[in-house]
Amino acid sequence: MTDEKPGEMSDEKDERRPSGELEAAVLAALWAAGAPLTPSQVQTELASGLARTTVTTILSRLHEKGTLERERQGRGYAYRPLQDPQGLTALRMHGELDRDSDRETVLARFVAQLNPDDEQVLRRLLEDGE
Amino acid sequence: MTPAPLLIPLLQVPLLQVLLLLVPLLLPFAAPPLARRILDRCPPVAALWSLTASALLLAGGTVAALGTLALTGLLKIPAFAALGELTHPLRTPSARLILPLAALAAGLLTLGALTLGRSVLRQVTGFRAARSEADRRPAAGDLCVVDSPHPDAYALPGRPQRIVVTTGMLRSLDAAEREALFAHERAHNAGRHHYFLAAAELTAHCHPALRPVRAAIRLAAERAADEVAARTVGDRRLTARAIARAALASTAPPPHSSVTPGVATGPVPHRVTALLSPVPLRPRTWIAALLTTCALLSSATAATVALQVHENIEIAQGETTD
Repeated sequence: MTDEKPGEMSDEKDERRPSGELEAAVLAALWAAGAPLTPSQVQTELASGLARTTVTTILSRLHEKGTLERERQGRGYAYRPLQDPQGLTALRMHGELDRDSDRETVLARFVAQLNPDDEQVLRRLLEDGE
Repeated sequence: MTPAPLLIPLLQVPLLQVLLLLVPLLLPFAAPPLARRILDRCPPVAALWSLTASALLLAGGTVAALGTLALTGLLKIPAFAALGELTHPLRTPSARLILPLAALAAGLLTLGALTLGRSVLRQVTGFRAARSEADRRPAAGDLCVVDSPHPDAYALPGRPQRIVVTTGMLRSLDAAEREALFAHERAHNAGRHHYFLAAAELTAHCHPALRPVRAAIRLAAERAADEVAARTVGDRRLTARAIARAALASTAPPPHSSVTPGVATGPVPHRVTALLSPVPLRPRTWIAALLTTCALLSSATAATVALQVHENIEIAQGETTD
């Protein structure tokens, strides 16, 4: 939608968002990329009209907090999420949550299991929507 | 406050009391079809409130009715009558009718309590696991990322409120779709939807007809969060796409290739369709009012009979004269 033309409106909107939300968006972009990213790469990735200085500030703040690690790249740094040393335990716990085949918990999950019919309906809806 | 004067003597007829107790036990069966209509026709937040309130009232009526029946039967047994300090026999329909009914009621109450207990235990375990997992890793803002290829995302209530998303989920969405997902999860936390989900879970163990209502409450909570997300990102189509993409990504190949009933579509297509369709101009809130009225009627009937039985017990204890 706004990808092609990040107008002034979206610029202002993004700059005014709470810093916690911006941090979340930046961390999500880094995890999704799966490789170290420079501030300008993150900026492109987010496609949200954030100023590069803002992105740089957020990245170094997350680095100070120990959420990210960074390596020198050219004149600046490339950042990536700090891998969890206890990743294995996390995986196991996640399995614990998953084992409830019906997933009937008070945790509100984003999406429920689909049955094969749902899957077809969704694919059709997605195709119509493109 | 007081029912019409003519009703009072009628309410004292024991057989009629038992018949009246069937009302709160049968009315919940009217709830599932109404709940479906409420989901289709009412704004999601209104649906969420009316469905949850109605489910709680219907569940309360069911428990009160079963409890009254069980207690009445118990006091027909001489040992318990002595324990309850009854000096006269309690006025009830014939023991041949009331004893099997009371035994059935007690059995159903026990069964409900057991399944509820098991569910609470499972919920608490699951919640603790999720909480400790989220607390142990660094967060960025309110986001907590779990490094797992399996796409999943949920809102974690409590302090601090978090949204937990797996790397598998982050990688199956683009930046704009991720924002829709985050807005959706934040809406769950901001709207305190976990209270509604817990209430739904509780009521589902009180009456079998309230199980489909639990599903409806869950769907209403998701729909409410979807609408907030669509407003936040300012794009309904984008929000619908994010949900559809996430659902397709997290769907494992079906575990059993058994025939699944294909009549009703599941919750995800419902949500996507709702976001892609035009917003209904005239919501039918009267359906929600109808369900709430049914629920009020049910719990009021149960309460009236329970009070009347309580009075009968006091009479039998010799504290009040007839």
